[in-house]
Amino acid sequence: MDVSVFGGLFDSSLRLSIPLLAACLAGLWSERSGVVDIGLEGKMLVAAFAAAAAAHASGSAWVGLLAGTGAAVAFALIHGFASISQRGNQIVSGVAINMLAVGLTAIVGNAWYGQGGRTPPLEGAARFDEIFLGHSAPVFLTLLAVPVTWFVLGKTRFGLRLRAVGENPAAVDTAGISVTGLRYAAVIICGVLCGLAGTYLSVGQSAGFLPNMTAGKGFIALAALIFAKWRAWPALFTCFLFGVLDAVAIRLQGVSLPGIGEVPVQAIQALPYLLTVILLAGVIGKAIPPRASGSPYVKER
Amino acid sequence: MSAPIDLPKWADTALVPAVSVVAAFLVAGLVVVGIGESPLTATRLLLQGSLGTGEGLGFTLFYATNFIFTGLAVAVAYHAGLFNIGAEGQATLAGLGTALVLLNFSFLPGFLLIPLGILGAAAFGALWGAIPGYLQAKRGSHIVITTIMFNWLASVLIVYLLVNVLREPTNMNPETRAFPEQSQIPFVHEILAVFGIEVAPSQLNLTFFLALAAAYAIWLLIYRSRLGYAIRTVGSNPTAAVYAGISPARIIVIAMVLSGALAGGLAVNELMGYQHRLLLEFTSGYGFVGIAVALMGRAHPLGIILASLLFGILYQGGAELSFERPAITRDMVVVIGGIIILFAGALEGLFRRIVARVLTPAMRQARA
Repeated sequence: MDVSVFGGLFDSSLRLSIPLLAACLAGLWSERSGVVDIGLEGKMLVAAFAAAAAAHASGSAWVGLLAGTGAAVAFALIHGFASISQRGNQIVSGVAINMLAVGLTAIVGNAWYGQGGRTPPLEGAARFDEIFLGHSAPVFLTLLAVPVTWFVLGKTRFGLRLRAVGENPAAVDTAGISVTGLRYAAVIICGVLCGLAGTYLSVGQSAGFLPNMTAGKGFIALAALIFAKWRAWPALFTCFLFGVLDAVAIRLQGVSLPGIGEVPVQAIQALPYLLTVILLAGVIGKAIPPRASGSPYVKER
Repeated sequence: MSAPIDLPKWADTALVPAVSVVAAFLVAGLVVVGIGESPLTATRLLLQGSLGTGEGLGFTLFYATNFIFTGLAVAVAYHAGLFNIGAEGQATLAGLGTALVLLNFSFLPGFLLIPLGILGAAAFGALWGAIPGYLQAKRGSHIVITTIMFNWLASVLIVYLLVNVLREPTNMNPETRAFPEQSQIPFVHEILAVFGIEVAPSQLNLTFFLALAAAYAIWLLIYRSRLGYAIRTVGSNPTAAVYAGISPARIIVIAMVLSGALAGGLAVNELMGYQHRLLLEFTSGYGFVGIAVALMGRAHPLGIILASLLFGILYQGGAELSFERPAITRDMVVVIGGIIILFAGALEGLFRRIVARVLTPAMRQARA
C-alpha cells in the first residue's frame, strides 16, 4: 500500500470518526453524572437540521453551529427535565427524544423547503472550510474536546464533583452541593457536544441536511462510550478505530482480496455492534458503568 | 414530594394516561399550527381517512394489528422489569424465519404451511430476544444496550442476506421471491366475500384475529397464571422473587423469549398477510411505536388494544391526511408517538401529580 492511499485512508477515517467522537464525549459527560442518554442520536439529528437551516438562511457556517448547538441543548434540557427534575425513566425519555427528532426534522424540513425533508444545498461560507491539513474547524474543536474533557473531569473540583454525582449522589448532597445543578450542567455540556457532532454532519461533512442523516451514528457513539469505559482518551482511540472500520468498509465495497475473496461490507459494519455486545457480556474485559447512572436521585428518605 | 401519590384505581389506570395523551395531542396540534396548517381540519381529515370509509377502517385495523403485537412484546418484557427496545430487530429476524420456512417447505399444503410460517416467525423472533435476555440474566449486560445493538445487527444481517444470498438473480430489488400462494393468510374482504358480504378491499387479513387472541392469551398468562405471577414478581421486586423461590434469571430469559416471539407477529401480519415476500425495512418503526403503545396501555392487553387502535387511526388517517395536505407528512405519527412516550412514560410522575392536585380537593369534598 503506497503512502498516498494510506494518507487518504487516515483522512477519511478521521472525518468519519469526528461525529462519533463528539457524540461519544457528549454521552461521557452525561453518563458520568449519572444520567443515561440513549438520545444522542436524536440530539445529533436535530442539531444537523437546525445547523443546516440556519447556515442556509444566514450564509454562515458559524451561525449554523450556534443554531445546531442551541437545538441540541434544548433537547438535552427536555431529557434533563424528565430525568433529573421529574425523576422519570431515562431510557424512556431517550427513546422519546430519538423519535421526536426523526419526526420533527422531517416534518419541519418538508414544510419549510418542500424537498422531501432535505435542506437546500449549502455552498461557500455556509459550509465549514478546510483550515488546516485539509480539515475544517469542527474537526479541531472536537479533537480539542478530548483533552479538555480529560482535564476538567479528572483534574478540577467541578469534574470531581460531577463524577461523584454519578457514583454516589447522596454523598455529594450531604456535602451541601446540588446534585440537580451538577447533573443539569452535565446534560447541557452533553447537548453542546451533540450540537457539534450534528453540525459537523450537515455543514462540514455534507452540504446540507438529509432526512435521518445520522443513520445510527448516535448508537455507534454509545457503543464506543461503553468500549472506552467512559473515559476521554480511550474514547478518542475507539472512535478513530470505528472510523477506520467505516472508511475501510467503503473502500472494500466490491473489492476482492487475495486469498479471502470479497469481504461483505456488512460484516465490517456489524463489528462495532458485535464487539460491544461481546464486551458487555464480559468475554473480553469488563465494562462497568458509573454506579448511580440511570437512577434518579431522591433527596429525602 | 417523593411520597407515593395515592390515586383511586380508575384515575390511575384510565385518567392519568388519558390526560397525558390529550396533552400529547395538544402539543402535536401546536406543531401543525407551527407549519401553517389548521389542526381542526387536520383532525377531521384524519378521522375521515381512517374511520370514514370501509377501506380506511380496514387499513386502520391492519396497522393496529402490527401495534398490538409490538405493544404486547414490549409489555411482557416490561412486566418482568425489562425494557425491550429490540422489537424492531426481533421482528426483522422473524421475517427471516418466516421466509426460510415458507420458501423451503413450499410443497406443503396451506393448512400446514401457514402455522409453520407463524412458528418460524415466532421462533426466530424469540431467539433474537432470548440472546439479550440470556446476556442480561447470566452476564449482567444491560438489556437496553444489547437490544439496541441487536437491532442494528439484525438490520445489517438482513441487508447482507437479501442482497447476497436470498435475492433472485434476476431481481434487482433486495427481496426474496414471492411466498407460495397457499401460504398467504387470507384477506378479510376475501373471506367476507365468500359469505356474500361485500366490503372494500384492504390489507386487513386474518392476522388481526391472531393478534386479538395473543392479547387474550397474554392477559391470561400475566394475570391468571403462575408464570405470569412470577414474571410480575421479578419485575416489581427481584429480591422478593428469590425469597419466593423464583429464579429471576430463568424468568428474564422466558420473558424475553415471549417478547421476541410476540414481536414476530409483526412479520406474520406484514409478510404472510400482505407483502407475500421478505423485503427490506418492512418493520418501518412499528417496534419503536410499540413502546408508546405499551406505555399508553399501561402494559395491560386491553389498554394495548385500545392504544393500538389509536395508533392505527393515526397511521391510516395520517396517510390520507398527507395526501390532502402534503405539508403534514406521515412523520407526524412519529412525532405524536415520541410525545406520547415522553408524556405517558418519562413524565408520568408530573401528570400523576397534576391529576392528584385536581382530584384531591374534589375527593375531600365528596367525603364531607
